[in-house]
This record gives sequence, structure tokens and C-alpha cells, in this order.
Amino acid sequence: MKMNRRQFIVSTAASGGSLALGLQFPNAAKAQTAAPAGPAGAEVNAWVVVNPDDTCVIRIARSEMGQGTHTGLAQLVVEELECDWNQIKLEFITAGQNLSRKRVWKDMSTGGSRGIRGSQDYLRKGGAAARMMLVQAAANDWKVPVEEITVANGVITHAASGRSTTFGKVAAAAAKLEAPDEKAIKLKDPKAWKVAGKPTKRVDTLPMVDGSKVFAIDVKVPGMLNAAVTACPVFGGKLVSYDDSKAKSMPGVKGVVKVHDNAVAVVADTWWHAKKGLDAVAIKWDEGANGSVTSASIAEHLKKGLTDTSGVYAERAEGDAAAAISGAAKKVEAVYSTPFLHHATMEPMNCTARISADKGEVWVATQNAEGSLAALSEESGLPLPKCEVYRHDLGGGFGRRGGPQDFVRQAVAIAKQFPGTPVKMIWSREEDQAHCYYRPISQCRMVAGLDKDGNLLGMHWRVSGQSINAYMNPAAIKDGNDKRQTQGMWVEPGDAQLGYTFPAFLLEYAQRNTHVPVGPWRGVNTNQNGVYSECFMDEVAKAAGKDPLEFRRQFMSKHPKHLAVLDAVAEKAGWGKPLPAGRFRGIAQFMGYGSYSAAVAEVSVSPKGELKVHRMVLGLNCGHAVNPDQIAAQVQGSVAYGLTATLYGECTIDKGRVKELNFHTYPVMKLAEMPVVETVIVPTYDFWGGVGEPTICVVAPSVLNAIHAATGKPVRSLPLKNVKLA
Amino acid sequence: MKLNINGKVHDVQAEADTPLLWVLREQVGLTGTKYGCGIAQCGACSVHVNGKVQRSCSMPVGSVKATDKIVTIEGLSANASHPVQKAWAAIDVPQCGYCQSGQIMAAVALLAQKPKPSDADIDAAMTNICRCGTYQRIRAAVHLASGSELLGENAEQSPASTAKA
Repeated sequence: MKMNRRQFIVSTAASGGSLALGLQFPNAAKAQTAAPAGPAGAEVNAWVVVNPDDTCVIRIARSEMGQGTHTGLAQLVVEELECDWNQIKLEFITAGQNLSRKRVWKDMSTGGSRGIRGSQDYLRKGGAAARMMLVQAAANDWKVPVEEITVANGVITHAASGRSTTFGKVAAAAAKLEAPDEKAIKLKDPKAWKVAGKPTKRVDTLPMVDGSKVFAIDVKVPGMLNAAVTACPVFGGKLVSYDDSKAKSMPGVKGVVKVHDNAVAVVADTWWHAKKGLDAVAIKWDEGANGSVTSASIAEHLKKGLTDTSGVYAERAEGDAAAAISGAAKKVEAVYSTPFLHHATMEPMNCTARISADKGEVWVATQNAEGSLAALSEESGLPLPKCEVYRHDLGGGFGRRGGPQDFVRQAVAIAKQFPGTPVKMIWSREEDQAHCYYRPISQCRMVAGLDKDGNLLGMHWRVSGQSINAYMNPAAIKDGNDKRQTQGMWVEPGDAQLGYTFPAFLLEYAQRNTHVPVGPWRGVNTNQNGVYSECFMDEVAKAAGKDPLEFRRQFMSKHPKHLAVLDAVAEKAGWGKPLPAGRFRGIAQFMGYGSYSAAVAEVSVSPKGELKVHRMVLGLNCGHAVNPDQIAAQVQGSVAYGLTATLYGECTIDKGRVKELNFHTYPVMKLAEMPVVETVIVPTYDFWGGVGEPTICVVAPSVLNAIHAATGKPVRSLPLKNVKLA
Repeated sequence: MKLNINGKVHDVQAEADTPLLWVLREQVGLTGTKYGCGIAQCGACSVHVNGKVQRSCSMPVGSVKATDKIVTIEGLSANASHPVQKAWAAIDVPQCGYCQSGQIMAAVALLAQKPKPSDADIDAAMTNICRCGTYQRIRAAVHLASGSELLGENAEQSPASTAKA
């Protein structure tokens, strides 16, 4: 396959070159949180404010948590606005502002890899509309038709009369014009993009290399107190009583308070004093019925779901899989399992709140500022217009800082007890590990039938595991089937379709819930399902005596986009070509968040069973590639996140609580374990897919398949720290 | 007690068992140094004490002498001009950025010891956790900074390496 000009190979090995003298930060890197546009700035529309000095303020509604979305969103606006990339500033609207202007900035929630793909249409149109108004203002002034005017880098030119002006000079007049009819807005063909579609430095890097970036945990509000908190370690447990006689007399302690019905907080002058005070509070919990639950009891509950005849729902059924398998010459059968996982954002959960009689405020890192606003209003009892959420970029999100906003609710519940005083609540790492919305645990039983020549006759897969929607959004469950739990295995195209069409296929889901809170975790259920689908495909290929790539290709003729990405990584990785002695390859492809992903991993396993992942080639078709360099960064990050889960990730339950409470028992992979990652971006420009999550689902299965090739034995249970490879 | 931080003497009030991290963040107001784990596992709190990288979350302030020279990310350079910071920006290393102060402090300490580190040297020295997974770019940025002609020049002025000189 030839790479055409719309494909990118992003090589990210060490550059090795010497750093040129006088290296400058890109100008755009100076763009930081702009002060609200002063009276001199003209709001051309909700997304674009133009200052008299020609700087353009781009308004941003989505959250930045490292995925580079703010830069990508700005690229899309600037592309259509035709302003100078080096003269932009970003302004971050608050949830209260969005509410007060009837949600003119639309959805602020940032999850499901929707940051770019969910905003691109209205943002590009916003940029284009602003440009049209600026051009119209110049045309009115010059009394010439707009068709005779050209615009580039914020300069408007009428060549025929030799006149030109700048955005800053016409902005005030443009702001008074009526916005163009949406139907009159013609967006550029991506082939003509000059700013979008190009590898572009992030606009917000500088404050992250000099320590000046203010995360929510760094917030300082005058008169602020600090809170340390602990909730009942057993999920669902309650607070019975606490003895704070010792804590109350400790240095800096201002108060010890009950939080909801399940937690205690110590409020002090500093967080360290609050934490010391909390350590000195003797707390009695009512652990309730869940205090005896263990990982073993949960595993047994899920295992029953693999064979139960009731409480099982068919997500898809094509042909008669049971008949095809029962009549098969050869049967392949396997049971896979994946554990609960924690997000472990580097910045622990925290929130600063100030609640007075007529105003509620929080300073918070959130993936859903409007969700934070709603939580603040509900918890404080103050109406929405009296509430405000000050957003801070997130020190990691990965799904943890979206939905339930438990950290906002808790901080508000504490601050309410200190009216008018700002209180910053920070969870210790241990508290953070103990209270999460964990990636759900699941198992999968898989059966395949082959004829005597190794041809596949049918597949039967059944996922048994906990449902996220049952915990977070029960209304999304139809007839007992939580479709989300078979994400990536669906028949429907477009979002998370299985890339294979089998001669006969039965896919079932058995909802088997536990008392452990669950939620989205980067890639959500494509992670577990990617392992099940792709590792089992290798097992069946082996039983059929076929090459794993060729075996897959037989079922992909109706899935050309899945196949193209698989082929792209196979070619880039040299699939089928000789490897150094002791190295083995594994391959996988899967789909999620509207994007197509594939991977080839190269590993070696020593005679002692030590694993080394040397190289990973990841392929992604996300439709439109807005910033290829940031896409590569996300792919690299997904490898680290996915490999950590593969190697180490596991939250176990004992006595109803999570056992792994810090990084010594919940390890995260380090730099020395990072393989060389090569990213192949193959955008087809006929759809918009996500970027932050899609590639993680192929990381574990490609590595596990390479291990299978190396050792001859499939790995069916994660993480690898529990598996002997020799 | 007196602490020498970024070349300036600060008078701070804190019990001796208070970790240096929380003194820096809450008493001195230097929040570039981050809390990550509190048990010296993640390295987000890395600072230099007499040129050596230390995990300040597990260093009681009582163990720091008035003559010890503490350098935080804020004291590394004016205007993010240290070659390591420039390399970090050139390669766009940070994603969320939370761990990057610690990563940069660890890299500066490594380069002060080994101006031309091998990949194995980087593996051994760069043990801070990054949850976003910027490791590949961290490696590239350390190599990029190590090739900088500015490194030697700046290193002489850098508080981080005065102890070594």
C-alpha cells in the first residue's frame, strides 16, 4: 500500500539532533488564558472577539486534560476565520456564562472523545461566520462587492482598488452586522486547510514547563481553609460516629465535620494540618452488607453469568451460531477476564468551594463544567443563576472527572458548614484510590466452530460483567440489555462496529452487577472487549492453522475501513517479515468512538518469563486529522495507559473495599518500560471520529497476541503481573 | 526556621515533621511542585536539594538545613530558558502537565551528572510517573537538551549544578 499525501507517518523516535541556539517558543505558545475581552474588543460572535490590535480571542467551551483539544479547537476556528495563528488568545467560558447566554457555547462536557468531533461543525461555522461579517464590514466601508475581496492572516484586501484593512479596524462595525444565514456558510474542503490538518505546537505548553500553570489543586483564594476527608472505605457504608477530641486541639485545625452520611472531614489552615488532624480522628463505620465482599465472590458471580440461562440478552444474532458450532469438526473455547481499574489521575480529586447565603462558587478540574454547576446548585440549595464554576485545566481526566461530580458535592457539603469561607478539599492519594468510579470488571466466554479444513462456521461470545449504565444512567438500559457493555462488538456501523462478519454469530450480555461504583475509563468497554475479540481471534486462527492477519482478512470484506487500518499497520510493522531472534509480533484491530484502530506489537519473553515490549505500530483512521502531532501524542499516551493496564492494572476487593491504595500496590509503568511507538494516521476525510480513546483498545490485545506467539500459550486473564510467562 | 529556596532565604513556620512539599506549596506559595502520592513513588514533588533530585513529599522540613540550597521548578530559570525547559517545549512533551515539573527537575539533575546520557542512563534516572504517557517525548527531550550548546553555558549558572562545580 502506498502512502498518499493525505496520510501521515509520525516518526517520534528520539530526534538526536542538537538543539539549535536561540530556539524560540512558537508565538502561539504565548497564548494563555486571556483576560475577559475589554470594552475595546468587539464580539463578532460567541466564538470570536477581535481586539483593535488585531488579536483574535477564541472562546473555548471544552475541557483540556492533556489531549490538546484547546489547540485543535482553535485551529478549526482560525482555519475558517482566516486570522493570524500567531495573534490568537484563548478565553475559557464558565458554566455560568454559558447558562446565562442560553447555552450559546453548547455542550461543555468533554468525554467520549467528543472534544473535536462534537464541536467541529459549529466551531468552523462560527469562524466562517465571523470572517464573513468582518469582510462584509470592509465591503460596506469601501462600497465594493464582497466577492472582490480576499482575506488572509487577518488582513482584508480589495486588490482592484489597492485597499486593505485589518480585522481589528473593522471589528466594531462587523459586530453590528446581522450574522449570516447558516445555509450561506460554505466550509473549506479539508484539502485546502492551512492551519488545521497540520502538525501544530500546542498553545498552552509554556506554563507546563515553568511551573506557572495553576491547576485546581493550586488555587489560592483569600481567606481559604483546607480540608482533608475520608469516606467509609466499604462502598455503601455509613458513618456511625467519630471521636475528634484529639484532632480538635492539633495545630491549625479549625473544625471536624460530618460530610453527607458517609464521611468525615477535618478543616484546617493548611492541608497538611488537615490531613494530620484527620489521621487523629477515630471513626466508627457501619460497613453494611457489603463488608464481606471479596474479589473471589465477585468472580464467582460473574462466572455464573457465563452459563446462566436467565438474565442474558442477545445483543446480536446472525444465522444459527449454536447449530453451526454444535455440528463443527473442531471447537475452540476460552474464558477471558479483566479486572476493576482505577484512573489514577496524577492530580488527585480536589475542589475549592465558597458557599454563602446568596452565592455558590467552586474552583474545579472538571470534564463537565455544567455537571459541576448542577452538582453545586443541588448540594448548596442555591439556584443555578447564583452558582458559578471556575474551570481549571485537569491534571488528568480519563473519564474520572465527568459524570457524578462526587468531588464537587463533597467539597460543597464541607464548605456549607463554613459559610462564606472558601475551603479547598484535597483527597489524599489513598482516598482517591479508595473512592472512584472504577472500570467495570467483566468476563467473556467465547466459542468458535471450525470445519475439518479450518473454515470458521460460527462464533458465540458472551460477556458477563458489571454495567456502567446500571450505576450511572439506568434509563439508557433497554429491556435489560446494556448495549454499552458490548461496545466495539456491535453490528451497527459508525461508532463501535465489530470489523468482522462471521458466517453465524451470537453475541450476548449478562448484566452482573456488584456494589463497586463503576464508570467510564479511557476507552471504556472497548478495552475489555478488544482483548476478548482480538485475543480469541488469534486463538481461533491458530486452531485453523492460519496466519492471524490472513485469518482476520477473511471476515473483513464488508468492513473496508477496519481493513485499511489493519493493512496499514501490517505494512508499516513489516508483518510476515523476519524479526531478530527471540522477537515476536502480535496484531489486533478494533473500533470505538467513531474511529478505526489497529496495532502490531513486537515483544520478547526471556527464558525466565520476563516480558519486554520493544516496538508498537499503531494505526488510526479518525476521519479528519486536525493536529497530527497531537494525535501522535494521544496514541503514545494510549500505549502507556493501555500497557499499564496490561502489565499491572488491577483493583482487588477485600472486605468490601479496594486494597490497592497507592502507587506501590497500584503500579504505573515507567519510562524504561515504554516501547518505541510509531503512529500511522490514515484519515479518509469522510467522517469525524475521536482521538483520545480509540487506540487504547488495541494495545493490550496486540501485546497479548505477541506473547501468545512467543510462548505458544494464550494469556486469558489480566493483568500480566499475575501470569507466569515461563 | 530558615530555608534557602531558589536563591532566597525564607522564614517559615512549620512543625519539623511537615514534608518539604507542603511547606513549599502552602507556606512559600510555590505550587509548581506537585502532590501526587505522598510516599515518594511518583516523583511529581521532585525538587533539587544541593543539586540532587529529592522527592519532597517524603522529606521532613526538619531535616533540611538553613544552608541547604533548595531549587524548585520556579527557580530553574527566568522565562523558561533552561535548555531542558526549551527542549520540553520544542518537542511538546507535556500533555496534562501535572507531572512535568517533577520530570523536568529529574532530567536537569540527570544532565548535571551525565551531560550525554545513554538511553540506559535515561531509563535508570527518569523514574517519575506520567499518567498521560509522555515517556517517549521525555526521552527525546532529554536527548535534545543533552545536545544543546547552551547546556554547558547555562549549567554553570544553574543553581542545580553549582554543587557539582
